Amino acid sequence: MNQIDRVDNAVKLKSVATGFDLTRVREDFPVLCQQPHGRRLVFLDSAASAQKPRPVIDAVRHCYEAEYANVHRGVYWLSERATEAFDGAREKVRSFVNAPKASEIVFVRGATEGINLVASSYGGTFLDAGDEVIVSHMEHHSNIVPWQFLRDQRGIVLKVAPINDDGELILDKFEAMLGSRTKLVAITHVANALGTILPVKDICHMARSRGIRVLVDGCQAVPHASVDIQDLGCDFYVFSGHKLYGPSGVGVLYARQELLELMPPYQGGGEMIESVTFDKTDYAAPPYKFEAGTPNIAGVIGLGAAIDYVRSIGLDQISAHESDVLGYGIRHLAEIDGLRLIGEARERAGVISFVLDNVHAHDVGTILDQEGIAVRTGHHCAQPVMDRFGVTSTVRASIGMYNGRDDIDALATGLKRVKDIFG
Amino acid sequence: MSDLRELYQEIILDHNRSPRNFGAPDQSNRTAKGYNPLCGDIVTVYLLLEGNVVQDIRFEGKGCAISIASASIMTELIVGKTEIEARRLFQFFHDFVTGEETVEFSEELEELTALSGVRDFPMRVKCATLAWHSMAAALDGDGAAVATE
Repeated sequence: MNQIDRVDNAVKLKSVATGFDLTRVREDFPVLCQQPHGRRLVFLDSAASAQKPRPVIDAVRHCYEAEYANVHRGVYWLSERATEAFDGAREKVRSFVNAPKASEIVFVRGATEGINLVASSYGGTFLDAGDEVIVSHMEHHSNIVPWQFLRDQRGIVLKVAPINDDGELILDKFEAMLGSRTKLVAITHVANALGTILPVKDICHMARSRGIRVLVDGCQAVPHASVDIQDLGCDFYVFSGHKLYGPSGVGVLYARQELLELMPPYQGGGEMIESVTFDKTDYAAPPYKFEAGTPNIAGVIGLGAAIDYVRSIGLDQISAHESDVLGYGIRHLAEIDGLRLIGEARERAGVISFVLDNVHAHDVGTILDQEGIAVRTGHHCAQPVMDRFGVTSTVRASIGMYNGRDDIDALATGLKRVKDIFG
Repeated sequence: MSDLRELYQEIILDHNRSPRNFGAPDQSNRTAKGYNPLCGDIVTVYLLLEGNVVQDIRFEGKGCAISIASASIMTELIVGKTEIEARRLFQFFHDFVTGEETVEFSEELEELTALSGVRDFPMRVKCATLAWHSMAAALDGDGAAVATE
């Protein structure tokens, strides 16, 4: 089956969104009314960081204008209001990913810090020399480097589960790698450079039935489809707020309560203690044990607003709309002479990665920019998967809820301009 | 659009399509690797230094049209130069593309003006200077890789 048939089949299964109002959604994102180089802004880089809707911007401003004070500390009116908004956001996150308890939601700076926290606290305590951590060949650097730290510090073994030429995890080979020394699987939910959706539920089942812990990097998943942590069955789940239309500098680590109880603190400081003397410190209960220092208060509140916004549009609606745009994009770009798609997984979300014959991705990016089109060019912080496909860089067009078929048309026109210039 | 034609002049596209002095030489005595972490591009510059004169210079690597063309033009200008002249040219080129100094071109250096479009694209200056940094590092001769960041 060729790639176009595959996409057509995938699109047929997901009916085009009926109640999704693209025009209204676009009006919610003030940044989109700008005109770089006199052109309509075509923003196709949401996988790097998504734009912010008005309700998120308003929530952050409201926090600073009306209810800002440090949280969990003051006994006064303003501090109570800030604490209420902050704790309210934790509950919104819990509900958004269907975690059992709000105390299992730890606020961090982003997915990167979430993974580093798990590697340092869980890995640094429960993984020993010779224990194996398995990642896939299509991880973001943030889900590779923290495990290399652990390899260098504690002598764990980092193993890489292979992928096929379409950019899909080879599931039976992955399962065959799970052995008696395997202690943790750290794997992406949706691959950032390729858009592949991984069968995370199956992966969790395979691993956990053998007593192996699973960490899932959900950065590229949560903006595109509803995620139910209990249904997936993972032990850890991380994502960043800024890819979910929220502020940058705030992210989420979900971890099972019993693990958070066993894990030592990641950083020491205020907020994370029960009592301190010079002899001894008793730590606060999770999640506060892992939230040393004054948190990103406005960022957390903004993330709560982003979740409210995404839910008000509806993740099913967003998902159906984006599938339509993605399918349309893959079909139309595949028709361009000399364009090679990198990653052709059957199950995918949000991302079209490609290279053009004889034109470097950065040259493509510069020329598209002059047309008002923002795409990511480079290795997407995923050099091992670039190596796997024999390229140093690709052009990545990634889709958010505000993108439409017109953005794909603009991209296709822009690529013709690239080919005109490069002859 | 005029900015783009200025950036991707025919001379740039020509050097990109058929880079001069490309590929590892049989003989060299100074070499350095340049690396651009932004895009993953790598260039290696090989020098054959006899006395203090660059008798041969070649390069290899992967990169965008700007970096390949800049490297290719560089090799044509550097060959036959003394070490001091080569370093002076590097400084001249750096000042030119970063727009920090007003520079005047002699007839010999005219081909470099093809890279003038880069000045309007600050994000691309590193592409243009990667091979030059590597050339300077090769002259320094400590064999260390250079990065643009």
